[in-house]
Amino acid sequence: MLPFLTKRAIDLVVVLLGVSVLVFLMIRLIPGDAVQIMLGANTEVTPQQIAQMRSKLGLDQPILTQYWGWLTAALGGNLGQSVWTGAPVSREILARLPITAELTVLPLILATLLAVPLGILTAAWRNSTLERFIRFFTIVGITTPAFWLGTLFIYLAFLLFPKWATIGYVPFSENPTGHLSRIFLPTVALALPLLAGLVRILRSSLLEVLNQDFVRTARAKGLPERQVLYKHALKNALVPLLTVLGIQAGYLFGGAIVVEQVFAIPGFGRLIVGAINERNYALVQGAILVVTAGFVVINFVVDLLYALVDPRVEYQ
Amino acid sequence: MSAAEVAAPPRRSQGLLARLTRNPLGLTGLLLTVMVVVLALAAPLLAPAGPLAQDILGRLGPPSAKHWLGSDQFGRDTFGRILYGYRASLGVSVGAVGLALVIGGTLGTLAAYFGGWLDRIVMRLMDVLLAFPVILLAIGIVAVLGQGSLNTALAIGVVYVPTFARLLRGPALILKESDYVSAAHGLGANDARIVFRHILPNLAAVILVQTSVALSTAILVEASLSFLGLGTQPPNPSLGLMLSESRSFLTLQPWPAVFSGLAILLASLGFNLLGDSLRDILDPRLRGRD
Repeated sequence: MLPFLTKRAIDLVVVLLGVSVLVFLMIRLIPGDAVQIMLGANTEVTPQQIAQMRSKLGLDQPILTQYWGWLTAALGGNLGQSVWTGAPVSREILARLPITAELTVLPLILATLLAVPLGILTAAWRNSTLERFIRFFTIVGITTPAFWLGTLFIYLAFLLFPKWATIGYVPFSENPTGHLSRIFLPTVALALPLLAGLVRILRSSLLEVLNQDFVRTARAKGLPERQVLYKHALKNALVPLLTVLGIQAGYLFGGAIVVEQVFAIPGFGRLIVGAINERNYALVQGAILVVTAGFVVINFVVDLLYALVDPRVEYQ
Repeated sequence: MSAAEVAAPPRRSQGLLARLTRNPLGLTGLLLTVMVVVLALAAPLLAPAGPLAQDILGRLGPPSAKHWLGSDQFGRDTFGRILYGYRASLGVSVGAVGLALVIGGTLGTLAAYFGGWLDRIVMRLMDVLLAFPVILLAIGIVAVLGQGSLNTALAIGVVYVPTFARLLRGPALILKESDYVSAAHGLGANDARIVFRHILPNLAAVILVQTSVALSTAILVEASLSFLGLGTQPPNPSLGLMLSESRSFLTLQPWPAVFSGLAILLASLGFNLLGDSLRDILDPRLRGRD
């Protein structure tokens, strides 16, 4: 167990360092002069101002010194200042992150909860009309853009419930029902494509498990089909489903960034698109670094828990 | 070269096509893909007025004989713009996946073939790229390069490099140890000849399947980026951008929003079904893997 932990911890650190190097290099890879581009919006820029900005951003120092300074500051929670407002980047990120995190976690929970019964249904009632319908939904659902679903939902809500506020955002602490009613449609729009993928995975892993020897044994000793399905097959079939959830969370976060724009929710998407349009590179860098590092750590923890829970995972 | 040898390749590809069309999902995927590609290529013929032509009197019109799929706030024909949108989306997606295939495939094959420190460094770099959420990585690259179709293709291409590197490394490792590669070595073939003549052709099936699946998701990523305003720039038509613009008049005229999104869905669905069916036909061992 200890060698396994050490190896995984080293992997974690290497990947995090790699991520930090790439994010750091971002601003240095901008074709042309990054400072000139950042100041481009101003009409009168003196060479002095450019030099000043360059030294403020530390761009006049050797690159390794720059990286070290940037990394140590980032580890201390200082991701730099926004070029225009001078506000700490970390504060802007922390203000928006919970909104998008909610739009990632809620669809994940909703889709997982619905995927289990639907997956069982498609595996147990093969070739029924309902099963064919669900399979059609899973095939089409995987490639359905959530931001299109969201747009259609807004139109349908406008037709059916014109008085119901469907877009915008209010914090839960200010107005719980208003918050939930606004977060409902984007959650469903994000959950449906994910649900399609999860049902498909669960169905195929259930069918695979149902073909295995221990299931045949369970049937042969006369266990009712219901018990075979729930007690023996489902437990084993859930493992592949759980392992993809970590990866799916990353996709879902990306989807949430786009769906936020549809519903005028001031989350991470608006933050980062705004930052790109303003050439506020410190904010773009900080946002990408925080989210990616977050997912790397989450996946690391999931891996560890998985290894602890499932005795079949090798600690090598 | 004997007549039988000349005739062999077409017969094999006919077999593949026949098996593809026998499966309803494979047939649907093939038809959708062909439809989308033909519509994109034939855009100037089917919509001779071009994507920017305005019909001021026919603004925000519903589907009609003149505008089959309705028109937008400038009276631009939704059908025509979708065709040109397909040109843009497919251009970016095919360019991106092609780039990823060449760079990622080369990296993966070389890493497997030479092994050692090269393998370790390349695969670590791929792990790092895979750590980024897809859309976020693409957004970051667009932030560096600037907006526009070419840069979007580059950004999406980089995102898919690790997919192809990993995909080709595994089989290449196995092939490297196979008897016929040892035989080629024994016959004095150099490394380049072994990689290009002996290893890559054997990976054709895996490459074909993954290219199709990657195109399916690349189309969605491209649509997401242009929806955010980071891809193709207005007034050029792109499916994501059309959907985004159509939100401003959604309650007055929903059809452009409905059809531009449906167009994205059908293109992505076509490549997805095609890739899945090809996987089932070409490599039964990969069935059910994603």
